[in-house]
Amino acid sequence: MARIGVFICHCGENIARTVDVAKVRDAIAKHPGVVHAIDYRYMCSAPGQELIREAIKEKGLTGVVVAACSPHMHEKTFRNACTVAGLNPYLCEMANIREHCSWVHSDREKATEKAIELVRFLVEKVKRNRPLTPVKVPITKRALVIGGGIAGIQAALDIADGGYEVILVERQPSIGGHMAQLSETFPTLDCSQCILTPKMVEVRQHPNIRLLTYSEVEDVKGYVGNFEVTIRKKARYVNEEVCTGCGACIQRCPQKRIPAEFERGLGRRTAIYIPFPQAVPNIPVIDREHCAYFRRGGCRLCEKECPRNAIDFNQQDQLITEKVGAIILATGYDLIPSDLYSEYGGGRYKDVIDGLQFERLLSASGPTNGEILRPSDNKEVKSVVFISCVGSRDRSKGIPYCSKICCMYVAKHAILFKHKVHDGQAFVFYMDVRAAGKGYEEFVRRAIEEEGAVYLRGRVSKIYQQDGKLIVRGVDTLSGMPVEIPADLVVLATAIKASDGVTELAQKLGVPVDEHGFLAEAHPKLRPVETQVAGVFLAGTCQAPRDIPDTVAQASGAASKVLAMFSQEAIEREPTIAKVNEQTCVGCFECQRVCPYRAIERKEIRDRQGNLVKVVAYVNPGMCAGCGACTVACRNHSVDLEGFAEEQMFAEISAIVAA
Amino acid sequence: MTAYAYFPGCSAHGTAKEYDQSTRSVCARLEIELNEIPEWVCCGASPAHAVNHLLSFSLVAKNLDLSPTNQIVTGCAACFNRFKTTLYTLQHDRPLWERIRQIVQPTKLNGSDFRIAHLLEVICDDFGLDNLKERVVKPINGLKVACYYGCLLVRPPRIMAFDDPDNPTKMDELMKAIGAEPVEWEFKTECCGAFHAIPHPEIVLALTSKILQAAKDANADVISVACPMCQINLDLRQLDLKKQGKNFDIPVLYFTQILGLALGIAENELGLDRLIIDPLPKLKERQVV
Repeated sequence: MARIGVFICHCGENIARTVDVAKVRDAIAKHPGVVHAIDYRYMCSAPGQELIREAIKEKGLTGVVVAACSPHMHEKTFRNACTVAGLNPYLCEMANIREHCSWVHSDREKATEKAIELVRFLVEKVKRNRPLTPVKVPITKRALVIGGGIAGIQAALDIADGGYEVILVERQPSIGGHMAQLSETFPTLDCSQCILTPKMVEVRQHPNIRLLTYSEVEDVKGYVGNFEVTIRKKARYVNEEVCTGCGACIQRCPQKRIPAEFERGLGRRTAIYIPFPQAVPNIPVIDREHCAYFRRGGCRLCEKECPRNAIDFNQQDQLITEKVGAIILATGYDLIPSDLYSEYGGGRYKDVIDGLQFERLLSASGPTNGEILRPSDNKEVKSVVFISCVGSRDRSKGIPYCSKICCMYVAKHAILFKHKVHDGQAFVFYMDVRAAGKGYEEFVRRAIEEEGAVYLRGRVSKIYQQDGKLIVRGVDTLSGMPVEIPADLVVLATAIKASDGVTELAQKLGVPVDEHGFLAEAHPKLRPVETQVAGVFLAGTCQAPRDIPDTVAQASGAASKVLAMFSQEAIEREPTIAKVNEQTCVGCFECQRVCPYRAIERKEIRDRQGNLVKVVAYVNPGMCAGCGACTVACRNHSVDLEGFAEEQMFAEISAIVAA
Repeated sequence: MTAYAYFPGCSAHGTAKEYDQSTRSVCARLEIELNEIPEWVCCGASPAHAVNHLLSFSLVAKNLDLSPTNQIVTGCAACFNRFKTTLYTLQHDRPLWERIRQIVQPTKLNGSDFRIAHLLEVICDDFGLDNLKERVVKPINGLKVACYYGCLLVRPPRIMAFDDPDNPTKMDELMKAIGAEPVEWEFKTECCGAFHAIPHPEIVLALTSKILQAAKDANADVISVACPMCQINLDLRQLDLKKQGKNFDIPVLYFTQILGLALGIAENELGLDRLIIDPLPKLKERQVV
């Protein structure tokens, strides 16, 4: 016979103001099966919890209903209290009479009636609850980090330093990401490569890190603690084992005019190339598309030149399969193409460039050796116009969000330009200057007050060419006057977007993508580095635009989540998952079709002689999230959800209908 | 061939008679049937829509009600803009539509399933440039044309949905199809000053002077336009600019006039003599006439 205890919380005034808790208590006390009903000012407080524990022991309760706030708030609290008193935690339920009742109603009488009903149907449910034990899932204590920019590098190093193996996958020939392209970093003007390359080398040398560059994740199977990933290691056509990175092949390659991706098209590279001098690994790769041998046979000069016989034109893509327990996505960002803006030339003007291209012009190792020369004619730039919010915050281009870093790097560009061209003039068109960060506002003031950058608050309506100059026409909204500035160079702070191909990768993992293509975190405030998929974490700009310090902090956050997971013997998961009745299951696998978590597997039932009797559905407890989709899809009710069984749901509904 | 209801607009009866004349000649030659909307009224451009929105929408609704078909064509960019804006607004604002119905008391107009097309769209898209090429009897080879679209054809882009609002190419494609050479220039949709010609002529002179200079810098022989307002500002104002010492002397033709020449229509049917800057010397120099 059920012995249910009901505990009604006032939540200070939050519930008691609108709901007559005494009336609820008296009404529910008379309900069949309820042996104990009390109300208390704060049920979640230590004395409140003590009331529950005492009642369980003294009255020998077989089930508990706490009528209080949302289970999101305190289900754990009350279930723990029950556990301490020796009652299985899954025999405790919460009736939400705050968010679902007192907060949304004003009529005290009707709200009280509703509260009684809410409690009553949960009592009926609890009568049918069974004790459950959390599912234990074993963990493969090895992590996969996808993306080798600063986010992926930091996350990989942190996990590796924690003593666990990491596989770092990067699709480019070298790790380093966009940070390797930057000249200096705001607000301290640290040389970007000087602070990044030691970390890159550390990745290469770390005994716990296996680095796979020029590789992409092809497929992901499995679930938290037990992923199986397939990685395509693209053919470099250079044997990594024997290559010493001497560069003789590069010197010899006759294809010298290929636009270099690392220089964002401002410099040239050969068909066999290392993207930049500090690349890790320092091993060249042959670009099939431009290599004379792959295009029309012949050439093979690099092969002849190589003192180590490292060139291998017969190399094939390799598919590598690895088991990992956790995955960190650190896929980074791209800039939107500046040709989206036909009013800014739509890509027709060589001297209208984007921020990353300007970084390459500033860089001592860049295509101009750090001189600020115009791409069109290599003349020194004397006047430069920076335009912020190109794409960002422009709903007409479908990008309502702020790219966050542009205000700061524009200020940095203006400062560095002045450092390089003392008699030059920098102009900045801006909407607002958003400089929230340590030392950021001071940095912008420095650009304006000490380095003489002219900041104009307004938009640029048009750029056109005249007499070898770019005429930038805009408005200065502070003086209310239209302005025209003849410039040698225009730098557009184009919006940040998620990297190409990240949506496809997200689909392989089942990770949701937000409306702008960024990867979605599990909770915007309280779970910023986790995703909805257990065991998959986020780091860096794949989640939203952010700067280097934020990226590094988030990467360490994601790494610490992985380390916390790996420090456990096994992962405990909620037991409220689907369960198949193998007796009645006919193996139609309609459940498999609807399962969004790919948790349904095929299980063979054999007799004692080993003959196959039938194939039934099996719910992988590591993957099932307890959504219940399969229970609805199942044609003969062979699947049920633990803790939310059909019998329990019917009992709840009957309790409401009966009233 | 589809028959179109033709809305000439007020300019066609005054400053832009040659646009109307050349439009009718070209359409007749291409067998595009134009039926002038009987008893048509003002489209509600500048004065009305700046003063009273209800009036400006009602005027267009009145014209829609008078239209013999639901396919309407106009050559005037301002009329085109008013019609498009009205249709867009009516489609997105049912209560307003009901008010307009009460004001206009339409006899047959019951919905908003109208299409308003600019003449450029009718010729380039409906008739088609491939068909047009077959009708060309006198290709305009060697004539460098600066295609000027002005603002009203392309803006606001959400409503007009005409072409790229910053770098439209429809007229350029048309010019290519008839053998002319459209020049690359960057003032295709610059403001010409429009009605400021009356209260603030100095603004218009400054703006048109920039456009004319850009066309000159792009080595254009002539400017081709698709709007009577643009035409008058670019053509007529050259006389005032001359007084300031700026001698552009660049003819400003309606695109229909250039097209007419390619189709072998006689000069006197195209109203070339009504232009302020005489185009004949340039056209003769390029052996177009």
